[in-house]
Amino acid sequence: MSEIQNYTLNFGPQHPAAHGVLRLILELDGEVVQRADPHVGLLHRGTEKLAESRIYNQSIGYMDRLDYVSMMCNEHAYCMTIEKLLEIEVPERAQYIRVMFDEITRILNHLMWLGTHALDVGAMTMFLYCFREREDLMDAYEAVSGARMHASYYRPGGVYRDLPDSMPQYEASQWHTQSEVHEQNKNRQGSLLDFLKDFTNRFEGYVDEYETLLTNNRIWKQRTVDIGCLTAEQAKDLSMTGPMLRASGVAWDLRKMEPYEVYDKLDFDIPIGTNGDSYDRYVVRIEEMRQSSRIISQCIDWLRVNPGPVLHEDHKVTMPERMDMKNDMEGLIHHFKHFTEGYGVPEGEAYGAIEHPKGEFGTYIVSDGANKPYRLKIRAPGFAHLAAMDFLVKGHMLADVVTVIGTLDIVFGEIDR
Amino acid sequence: MSQYYSELSDKVIAQLADFSLKAEVAYGELTIEVNKDDLIQICLILRDDQDLAFDSLIDVCGVDYSTYEGSKPYQSRYASVYHLLSVKNNHRIRIRTWLDDDLPVVDSVVGIWGGANWFEREAFDLLGIIYSGHPDLRRILTDYGFIGHPLRKDFPMVGQVEMRYDANKQRVIYEPVTIEERVIIPRVIRDDNRYAGRLNASEENSEESA
Repeated sequence: MSEIQNYTLNFGPQHPAAHGVLRLILELDGEVVQRADPHVGLLHRGTEKLAESRIYNQSIGYMDRLDYVSMMCNEHAYCMTIEKLLEIEVPERAQYIRVMFDEITRILNHLMWLGTHALDVGAMTMFLYCFREREDLMDAYEAVSGARMHASYYRPGGVYRDLPDSMPQYEASQWHTQSEVHEQNKNRQGSLLDFLKDFTNRFEGYVDEYETLLTNNRIWKQRTVDIGCLTAEQAKDLSMTGPMLRASGVAWDLRKMEPYEVYDKLDFDIPIGTNGDSYDRYVVRIEEMRQSSRIISQCIDWLRVNPGPVLHEDHKVTMPERMDMKNDMEGLIHHFKHFTEGYGVPEGEAYGAIEHPKGEFGTYIVSDGANKPYRLKIRAPGFAHLAAMDFLVKGHMLADVVTVIGTLDIVFGEIDR
Repeated sequence: MSQYYSELSDKVIAQLADFSLKAEVAYGELTIEVNKDDLIQICLILRDDQDLAFDSLIDVCGVDYSTYEGSKPYQSRYASVYHLLSVKNNHRIRIRTWLDDDLPVVDSVVGIWGGANWFEREAFDLLGIIYSGHPDLRRILTDYGFIGHPLRKDFPMVGQVEMRYDANKQRVIYEPVTIEERVIIPRVIRDDNRYAGRLNASEENSEESA
């Protein structure tokens, strides 16, 4: 038998552990990875090019489809950059709604990450648990925007509409009897805020359940401890942000460092890790879910007692009220201009970034004063994280590649754009 | 915020006194424009100076200014734009460097921030900017064998080729596009007096700091 030292392995793009369409060329020495070369771009849709030919508001929907497990956060960064250029202030109630939905989105994202990461590593049950809770949060998305995932709910100047007073109800069908449906609808009798309050009360217990399954689990620890280590210096050098950076012991969170919206009025903690390995990133993200739940709870308390407008009053940039459009000449003109031409954004350039569940998600807009962006650059955290793939897996075993892909929390919608 | 950044702008100008550069603070963000030949030296200073300490590269992107209609002058067709972040001192800076029209070449900053690797590959792929000294300058987002640079302004929105499965040849084939580009809402720049004073105001600021 001839002696083969190195050989090349093609991993993906159709592989269940590739989290989408990652094609990975691995150079192996036995079972040890010598080099990993990720090929991305299989989901490239040219969002940046498309945005150049569409008026500002038309691209909000494209933002949802970037990182398709944290939809509203993407919209948030985009809207925030436009607001920066327009120099408009968002009404306080809209800021609280945005923060609340950002945190709902963070939980949605982390649940998706936890479920799939654990599934990759071999813990099947986690996947089912996580998707149970995701269902409730997606119902909150649906109640507020009409869509379970691609919400298009944020607008430059606020949010599309105020929170609903009632939740959608389950209906009896040939699969669910009336009594089952009655049970399912029990926590949906009040408003969206009541429903979310009920969720935050339950959620702490759910996170405890996940932790019982994984945190001290011997197999989980064997698969994640000391896999894909990054020191703080390396993480900064490799453009890491978000949990990837925090797990390496750097207390960096845009919600604290550059507080946008109302994060400076809310009480929450930033968890950080010490070793910068996959296990630390797991612990950091678990704790972030608890903190998000805390933030949601504070937002609910504020939103209950403070009614008010949710969209900026300058109807040169925001859509007018429906009744104004019907009864008021100026409202009609604003409505017509808003949908036939959009609004011009003053000449200049701005970069707006938010603490996305995955890291720093930013948009850089160059405007020449037209009703369409001259150049839109989307800074996706996953892109920088996946770029470090080669560095992270070098010298690890083949099975650890799957752990590293999982721990990076990559979604191809944002990497390929 | 603007106050902090105009002070930072003074600091940056003082540190980079040997180089010719333009600094501007707008929307609470500091932008400096540098010559492409000085880029590497300037980046090293920005990273290593303890007061500045830009230890993380957030983004590299290219911009094609060829159809820019605003009133601000642009020096040449292509620009390479870097967004830096200092995790240590919590501030940011944007560096813009103008590149030649016919062959946009600039030195790679991969040696300074390892994270620049893929961002520069992306700018090369989408705009054709060449980063000399880059260890592995390949296309990244577009298809294998793709021709052209999609984010250039002369690249059509609908692309140049389309692909389909050919039943006779039993494989996927490429053909010239058959769809036409449609513009539903035209691009317009309105003379808006609400924003009239704004450009002048930011120029005054930049003169003060420079």
